[in-house]
Amino acid sequence: MIRQIVVGTATCGVAAGANKLLAALHDFVAEKKLDVQVTETGCIGLCYREPLIEVRENGSRKLFGDVTADVAKKLAAGEGGEDVEKCFLREGDAVDRDGVLAGQKRIVLSRCGVIDPASLDQYLETDGYKALRKVLGSMRPAEVIDEVLKSGLRGRGGGGFPTGKKWQFVAAQPPGEKYVICNADEGDPGAFMDRSTLEGDPFSVLEGMAICGYAVGAGHGIIYCRAEYPKALARLRHSIVTAERNGYLGQNILGSGFSFDVHIKEGAGAFVCGEETALMASIEGRRGMPRFRPPFPAVSGLWGRPTNINNVETFANLWWIILNGGAAFAAMGTERSKGTKVFALAGKIQRGGLVEIPMGMTIRDLVMKVGGGVGEGRTFKAVQLGGPSGGCIPAEKSDLPIDYENITATGAIMGSGGMVVLDDATCMVEVARYFLSFTQAESCGKCTFCRIGTKRMLEILERIVAGNGEPADLDRLLDLGEKVKQSSLCGLGQTAPNPALTTVKYFRSEYEAHIRDKKCPAHSCNALVTYSITDECNGCTLCAKACPSKAITGERKKKHEIDLQVCIKCGRCIASCNMGAILKV
Amino acid sequence: MAESQGNSFARALWMTEGRARDLIPLLQAAQEAFGYIPERAMESIAGLTGIPVSEIYGVVTFYKQFRLTRRGKYMLKLCDGTACHVNGSTDLEIAVEDALKIRRGQTDPDLLFTLEVVNCVGCCSLAPVLMVEDETHGTLNPRKVTTLLKKLRTEAKSS
Repeated sequence: MIRQIVVGTATCGVAAGANKLLAALHDFVAEKKLDVQVTETGCIGLCYREPLIEVRENGSRKLFGDVTADVAKKLAAGEGGEDVEKCFLREGDAVDRDGVLAGQKRIVLSRCGVIDPASLDQYLETDGYKALRKVLGSMRPAEVIDEVLKSGLRGRGGGGFPTGKKWQFVAAQPPGEKYVICNADEGDPGAFMDRSTLEGDPFSVLEGMAICGYAVGAGHGIIYCRAEYPKALARLRHSIVTAERNGYLGQNILGSGFSFDVHIKEGAGAFVCGEETALMASIEGRRGMPRFRPPFPAVSGLWGRPTNINNVETFANLWWIILNGGAAFAAMGTERSKGTKVFALAGKIQRGGLVEIPMGMTIRDLVMKVGGGVGEGRTFKAVQLGGPSGGCIPAEKSDLPIDYENITATGAIMGSGGMVVLDDATCMVEVARYFLSFTQAESCGKCTFCRIGTKRMLEILERIVAGNGEPADLDRLLDLGEKVKQSSLCGLGQTAPNPALTTVKYFRSEYEAHIRDKKCPAHSCNALVTYSITDECNGCTLCAKACPSKAITGERKKKHEIDLQVCIKCGRCIASCNMGAILKV
Repeated sequence: MAESQGNSFARALWMTEGRARDLIPLLQAAQEAFGYIPERAMESIAGLTGIPVSEIYGVVTFYKQFRLTRRGKYMLKLCDGTACHVNGSTDLEIAVEDALKIRRGQTDPDLLFTLEVVNCVGCCSLAPVLMVEDETHGTLNPRKVTTLLKKLRTEAKSS
């Protein structure tokens, strides 16, 4: 059997140099006339080890990480060596060397990083389209909905609404033109679950949409995907054409008489379009502004027709639920949150990547065991969940089992699955300011409190970060936060204050240090720190050259000094220093 | 080059049925062809769809993707998502500004670089990240960015 070299070419792999690796491999194989097949796959989730290569030979599979061109060539040629050993991560389905894959349960990601996402054949070999075949061949629409209800699957976009219930509402509408929309407008900064799913296993999302279309009686599907995801869009386009050619989409699917087509709609860069009514307005060609509900999309959605909107991850769960039964899905997780959840682990973490865990795992286990904790010498301080709509959960509360209710009780939200880990060098006030600046800019402007309230909240936070906070600012912030939540129409405004409210709740002392003592405990806020040069300085003069205000002086090969009166705290000296000799204190 | 660019937009206009729902795809076609949305393109779309230019302008300014000014050869999208932000994207922005003497939203006089700061490109585990056109560069620091920009400038000048 010939040797197969599989390169992970999802966006993070490419960013780490996977395309160059792929080109080098193709050249090498052609030049040496090796009997080796070089193929691509999606994201396996070990993003911190990119670029990744899997070698498949005689039924064995070996995974290698941090692969250089030299190592890749050796792998292709079947050679060993110390450098090859160093890159080795795991064999077969064993747990990887770092233990990231321990404790994970992969349903949505089961094919990501395993199959070639462009290959329908490989999708079919891994149980692909069996669920759609089963649904069309032997189940009535109501039975499909029953199975989804039994599974307890809840909307993975963040809201957590029971998927089966949503389907029931749409199915109950009189027959006629109905739509299924896949929300792939993954706008939360710090989240890349949907991108990876679309890049790594696009057919599973198309299959999920077709199953949904059959269950609710819809003939048309639309995928609303961010334009910032060029690779996901390309994969989707290819998959739709391939599925249509092979009878899995389009007219009379698999000879069942059921017809379902899918079109792609590219987003144009507006965070609020993740909200369902804004998303539909955008598809209709207007500004993406939310409207009052009811009527809910299930009754009057796209072009006034009944519409079912689910998120990418929700659709990607369906094939498994249909094949294994709702009960098997419901057996995983906690009492009210079933199944698994994909998280994008990022931030101040050792082993960032894409993980899928059963609901109910604690935040601490996810951060420390799966993610390998924070950087050396740092302490784990908090996780930020749910993006700009979510909140910060402090490390002390991290023994909380992850499920929708538990997370909501902390003041954060589950959100779509972005989990950004923060350590003691992260200033929580600055984190709150960051998110408020985001939501303030993304507010569509329809509701007064969201439009002006978020702006005023941002001004207060900017003031505090700049060292000009007043004692009454905290109460103002809390009061305004509650009012913005109560007086906004859509999810954006209703959740925008969460980052500020949760950080005040759990890290009040940091706010007080900024306001009262004019100190930033994390040594992060520029206005509240001073720069100093340590004895590590070797007098290379780089910092003095980088300093725009000429605050740094010193002779060559002698320790330099900063004139704090002149220093504008811009940070250019720190960026220029090779020795790490400039500190913020 | 310029002629073939315009042709792709002309084709989009010719292919469309001119319904309201085609507005955003048409604008995207115009931006793809010209790199920004020229006033003339808005007028052509208005004539075809019957949507007033004022309303089209409203849509253009609502969505961050659309630009009303010319762009450079390389579109730099500096990610300021949460993971990039806590891992030093602000320092990267300073480095890009210093190297190119432009600020976010601006294009340099040589029409080589346009700098945009975007929310999240979904490459969080390689933070901080800069996208040059469709290519993502990860685990950057100010020095790596400066080198990258230098390389791009030399490449652009020699081509």
